[in-house]
Amino acid sequence: MADFIDVYLIPFLWILGGVLAIVVPLLLAVAYVIYFDRKIWAAIHLRRGPNVVGPWGLLQSFADGLKLLLKETVVPSGANKGVFFIAPMLMFIVAAVAWAVIPFDEGLVLADLNVGVLYLFAISSLGVYGIIMSGWASNSRYAFLGALRSAAQMVSYEVSIGFVIVTVLLCVGSLNLSDVVMAQESAWFFIPLFPVFVIFFISALAETNRPPFDLPEAEAELVAGYQVEYSSLTFALFWLGEYASVLLMCAMTTTLFFGGWLSPFDNFVFNWIPGMDAFNEFVPGVIWFLLKTFFFFFIFSWVKASVPRYRYDQLMRLGWKVFLPVSLAAVIIVAGFLVGFDMLPNAA
Amino acid sequence: MAEVQLKNYNMNVGPQHPAAHGVLRLITELDGEIVERIDPHIGLLHRGTEKLIENKTYLQAVPYFDRLDYVSPINQEHAFALAVERLLECEVPERGQLIRILYSEMGRISNHLMNLTTHAMDVGAMTPILWAFEEREKLMVFRERASGARMHAAYIRPGGVHQDLPPELLDDVWEWTETFPAVMQDVETMLVENRIFKQRCVDIGVATDEEAMDWAFTGACLRGSGIAWDLRKSQPYDGYEKLKFDVPVGKYGDCYDRFIVRVEEVKQAVSLIRQCLENMKPGPVSSMDRKVVPPKRTEMKQSMEALIQHFKLYTEGYKVPEGEVYAAIEAPKGEFGVYLVSDGSNKPYRCKIRAPGFAHLQAMEFLTKGHMLADIPAILGSLDIVFGEVDR
Repeated sequence: MADFIDVYLIPFLWILGGVLAIVVPLLLAVAYVIYFDRKIWAAIHLRRGPNVVGPWGLLQSFADGLKLLLKETVVPSGANKGVFFIAPMLMFIVAAVAWAVIPFDEGLVLADLNVGVLYLFAISSLGVYGIIMSGWASNSRYAFLGALRSAAQMVSYEVSIGFVIVTVLLCVGSLNLSDVVMAQESAWFFIPLFPVFVIFFISALAETNRPPFDLPEAEAELVAGYQVEYSSLTFALFWLGEYASVLLMCAMTTTLFFGGWLSPFDNFVFNWIPGMDAFNEFVPGVIWFLLKTFFFFFIFSWVKASVPRYRYDQLMRLGWKVFLPVSLAAVIIVAGFLVGFDMLPNAA
Repeated sequence: MAEVQLKNYNMNVGPQHPAAHGVLRLITELDGEIVERIDPHIGLLHRGTEKLIENKTYLQAVPYFDRLDYVSPINQEHAFALAVERLLECEVPERGQLIRILYSEMGRISNHLMNLTTHAMDVGAMTPILWAFEEREKLMVFRERASGARMHAAYIRPGGVHQDLPPELLDDVWEWTETFPAVMQDVETMLVENRIFKQRCVDIGVATDEEAMDWAFTGACLRGSGIAWDLRKSQPYDGYEKLKFDVPVGKYGDCYDRFIVRVEEVKQAVSLIRQCLENMKPGPVSSMDRKVVPPKRTEMKQSMEALIQHFKLYTEGYKVPEGEVYAAIEAPKGEFGVYLVSDGSNKPYRCKIRAPGFAHLQAMEFLTKGHMLADIPAILGSLDIVFGEVDR
């Protein structure tokens, strides 16, 4: 019995606690990120944005959530019920599960996998299943077209994201995300790998179906794409999943290119300032991590407010004819450089 | 391998659809994302305007014109007023003419602001529309200050305009023409040179000059195809011949050219507004013919004759001499014409309305053929269609 408690129960409770410690703040963050998104959008539009529910509209997302909770779940008559309900759950679960390997601070990571990057990549590719399932199960032509677009889009941009990640990994020599961050202590990767970073960021927009690549839900022609038949909590799950994966992409950008939890002031530019050491010592890394993540989210919103939408074939052309060759070339150039100058990191 | 029967994908776009600009229903046949055939179904906003006008006196018919193209109401009243005036052989004093042009050009700006930015929204740019609507709102206020109504003004009436402008209004309009170009510039920077916007519009929905003529295009759609035809130049009315303005012309007849032509027209309209303000002199705003235009209220308090005329005009209306006439104006969307037949009574015998949007909508089929699904809203947006006038 004591064995059972020591071997199974206590580790299980630890994991459960860890999961809750990530998922609950994540959901809260999503709620506020939606608010944040709407506020940024509104500011660019010269409007006020949500400002009625709670002080400065801070409770808007919760009010929306509550409203959706109380609505009726409408299932279209020709829908495949099982798949119809699994799809939004899958979307949300996939978006949440990926957070397990994101290092928030040194050692502050739920699962310190040594194949963390692969895991992340695998999980984020699964997201497309939720979309395809929802589009197919809805038995609606709008939803179906939206799902097809989305599937094609996510698959094409994953390829270039993959190559971009390979270039980063070449510079790190490990698939562990904590190692990726540690490898950036001397220089954050966006400095040496700037073109690759740009490709990654744009692909991240496409991967999460954000403008200018929001054609799966292109309002002008497909109304809401694959989510068009969803209502109530099923819709809320899509919504949460979507923003959770946007946040995930921001976190990935931070981890891969912007030094994760590392302080932006801990380098030769700032280190001469007296007291800088103590400051860097004092501010926990998780603060820097979150600040950077939200900064990228801000850029996501900014892009959303300023660009029109690509057409399907243009998006495909950009993905396959521009990003794929460029990222492939980047892999070769970076690899060649590292080998040629004998700078390959030691395989741990 | 067994032979597979391939079938095109039929999709029913509308009548409730955010990009249909009202109640358009498009039956589309898609091969993948490529549009094979498109069949617009109209008539969902049909109200029988033309028939209703036959049962109204000439004055009572005016507000129906506000409700045709409800994005630029005053311009259409103008066409009707011109038609009636030609039958009556009634002259409008200069100040009245200038006020008409002033409000027509304001209508043109407010129409184009709406069209340009909803076109942008159809291709995914959400921001310009909110910037432009701020300015549209100011134009609405100007309209309200002149006529009392924001949208359905019933301001231009046969014989002139309903009432004189409040004295400070002209200064405020002048001030607005000073601040407005900056906002327009912002909207342009968001779109005109934007790579994505260009990719979405250039070479999309091309109508060659011949096709544009064959399909009876008018207005910005015709000029986008390279034909310099503007009724304000070719058959000037109400003193347009005295004002200086250019007619912008496109080259390729694609969505982008139509867009740019409208952007230029907005700038020309601003200059026209300024010229109207500069030339405006005090004087009567409508014809002094008391058989057509009712007398002022103060006059009615003192003159028996004025009271009788007022009573006659607001009960029976005025009789229009027998005959027929076609009057057309350069509305923001194209040639808006009114064909009026009078049998000598106080009501029109027949009133046929020529709406530019109707002709443009017919072209959807050949403009969209071979383009992609996402181009439908872009093309529809560039044609500038409002269902109030298409369905009438």
